[in-house]
Amino acid sequence: MAGTTQNSKLQWLRNPGVLAALPASIFLLIGFAGPLLMVGAYSFMPSRSFSLNQIPTFENYISIIHDSYYLSFFWSLAMAVIVVILLFIICYPIAYGMAKLFNKWANLVTALIAVPILISENIRLFGWVLILLKNGILDGSLQSLFGVSASGLLFTVPAIILGLVYVYLPFTLFPLVIGISMVPDTLKEAASDLGATRWQIFREVELPLSMPGLMIGGILTFVLVLGSLAEAKILGGQAIVMIADDIESAFTFAQNWPKGSALSVLLIALSGFIVFLLFRRVDLDRVIGRR
Amino acid sequence: MSDVNESFLELSGITKRFGDFVAVDDINLKIAEGEFFTLVGPSGSGKTTMIRMLVGMDQPSDGEMRLKGQVMNNLPANKRPTCMVFQSLALFPHKSVGENIEFSIKIAGQDKAARRTRVNQLMEQLRLPLSYYEKSVMQCSGGERQRVALARALAFDPDILFFDEPLSALDFRLRKALEKELKDIHRETGKTFVYITHSLEEAMVMSDRIAIMRQGRIVQVGTPHEIYNYPKNKFVAQFMGEVNTLAVKKSGKNKVKVVGGDDEFTVLDDLADFTTGFLIIRPEILKIGKAAAKMKNRIKGVAYNDYALGSRVQYQIIIDQFEEHWLVERLQDEPYEGRRGDMVEIGWQPADSILVSE
Repeated sequence: MAGTTQNSKLQWLRNPGVLAALPASIFLLIGFAGPLLMVGAYSFMPSRSFSLNQIPTFENYISIIHDSYYLSFFWSLAMAVIVVILLFIICYPIAYGMAKLFNKWANLVTALIAVPILISENIRLFGWVLILLKNGILDGSLQSLFGVSASGLLFTVPAIILGLVYVYLPFTLFPLVIGISMVPDTLKEAASDLGATRWQIFREVELPLSMPGLMIGGILTFVLVLGSLAEAKILGGQAIVMIADDIESAFTFAQNWPKGSALSVLLIALSGFIVFLLFRRVDLDRVIGRR
Repeated sequence: MSDVNESFLELSGITKRFGDFVAVDDINLKIAEGEFFTLVGPSGSGKTTMIRMLVGMDQPSDGEMRLKGQVMNNLPANKRPTCMVFQSLALFPHKSVGENIEFSIKIAGQDKAARRTRVNQLMEQLRLPLSYYEKSVMQCSGGERQRVALARALAFDPDILFFDEPLSALDFRLRKALEKELKDIHRETGKTFVYITHSLEEAMVMSDRIAIMRQGRIVQVGTPHEIYNYPKNKFVAQFMGEVNTLAVKKSGKNKVKVVGGDDEFTVLDDLADFTTGFLIIRPEILKIGKAAAKMKNRIKGVAYNDYALGSRVQYQIIIDQFEEHWLVERLQDEPYEGRRGDMVEIGWQPADSILVSE
C-alpha cells in the first residue's frame, strides 16, 4: 500500500504533459516570475537602497499613502474605464462586420488595422502631435479652409483619450471579432423565428454569446491602459500624470527603486483585483456553454 | 383530412433562383389546417430552400405564399405566426431548459408566473422532468434536446410548426421512438405540422400527406398509402427503398415485354396509353421456390446470397438474361427451402406489379 502511494506521488513526473511543459516553465520562472519577485522584494527595502540584503520595512508603502499618488491611480483607472467603454462602442460594429459581413474583405481590413502596430507607438503618437498641434495639420487646414481655429486640442485629457483609443483599438477589436464569430447564425435565426426583434436578438443571444471575446478584449485593454504612459506624456503634456509615469520617474529621476517597486506592486495588485472581480461576475464556462 | 379548410397554407408558383440556378421551381401546394404534411426529397432537391422561404429566412423569387388567405411573402420571420424546429435544433447554449422554452413568451412580455405555468405545462406534455427547468441544455441528452426544441417552438403557439430534419442526427432507435412521439404530439396539439426530411420511410410513419421533391419540383403528392402503392414514376418507386425494376415495353393487351429480351409478363393494366416504362415489383411481394409455381409471371435465377432482416429474410437472385440482381423477401419462419447456388424460380401475380413511367 505504502509502495503504491509512493509510486503515485512520482507518477506526475512521468506524465508527458508535465515533461513537455518543463522547459517553458523553467524559462517563465526565470524570465517572468523572477523579476516580479525582485520587484516585490525591493518594495520592502529602505528608501533609495540598491540591494536586497537590508532589513525589510513598510516605509515605501506608508509614504505612498501619505503622498498624492492616489491622484495618479485615479487618472489611470479613469482613463482605463473610459477607453474600454469607448473602444467597445467603436469596435463592436467593426468586429461585427469583420466576423459576419465583410467576407473576403475581412482579411484586408484586418491587415489595415494591424499594419500600424508594426510602427513604434511613440512615432505614431508624434504623428498625432503634428495633427493636433497649434497651427498643425488639423488647425492649419481648418484656418485656411474655413477660418475656424482648433488650436487648444493638444495637451488635453481628450487628446490623451484619443491616443489611447487609437493605440489600443486592435487589442479590443480582434478578441471581439473572435467572440462575435463564435455566435452561430442559426441561433439568431431561431431567435428571430421565435419573434425576437433585432435589439432583442442582440441582448438575449448575441451579446451573452460573444461575452468571452468582449471580456478578453476588455480586460486586455483595461490592463494595458492602466500601465500606459506614452500617451499621457506625448499627447497630454502636463495635463495629467498617470501611475506608470510615476513609477518610471521613481526608477529613473528619483533613483528610488524601492518606491518604484512599491508603486508597481500596488498597480499589479489593483489590476489583479479588478480582473478577479470581473471573472467572478461573468462565468465564462457557462457563457460558452461548457456547463 | 377534411377539406373544410384546405387552403390553410397555400403556395402558388413559388420559385427561388440563385443566379442561374433554380433551387425551387414553380411549387403549387395546399396544406390543410391540422395536417401533418411532409416534404421529402434527396439532398439538393430544394426542400431546405423551400422551408427557409416558408419561415421567412429567404424570399421567393416568384410566387405567393398565403396563410389563412393572407399573403405572407414580405412578412419577416419574427412577424410570422409560424415557428421552426431547426436541424441543429439551435438551442441557446447559455440558457437553461426553462429559459429556452420560455424564450418566445418572454420576448412577448409575459410575466414570470404566467411563463412558468406555461413552461411547466409544456414540459409535462413533452415528458421532460420539471426539475430540468434549471438544467443547462448542454447537459441534456440528444432526445431531451429534441423535446426542449419542440417545447420552445410550441410555447410560441404557432399557426404552423415547421421541422427541418430535426431527427436526422439521432441514432436509429431514438429516431424511431421520436417519430412516433412526434406524431402523438401532433395528435394532442392538433397543430399543423410541415416536416421536411430525406427519408421517405420517416415521412411514411408520421405524415397525413407527403410531397416528393426532385430537382426543385414536386413529383407526387399523396397519402403514404398512395405513395407506396401507386408511385407516379421510377424515382418515387425507388425512393421508398429496395425495389426490383425492369425496363419494359407494351407487347399486347395486358402484356409487356422486357426491353432487349424475350420474357413477357402479364399486367393488370390494359395498357391503353402505355408504350414503354418500368415494371416495379417489391421484394416482399415476390414468391420464391415452390410458392412461385402457382404465380402467373415467373422467371428463373440463381440464389446467390441471403440476408437476415429480423422479421424477414432477404434473398439475392441473379437473373442472367436481365443482367440484374433481384431481391426477394420471405418471413423468417417460412424461409426458402433451397440452398445458395441453386437454380430457383421466382414469381408474382399481375396485380402485384406496378407499371410506371421514367
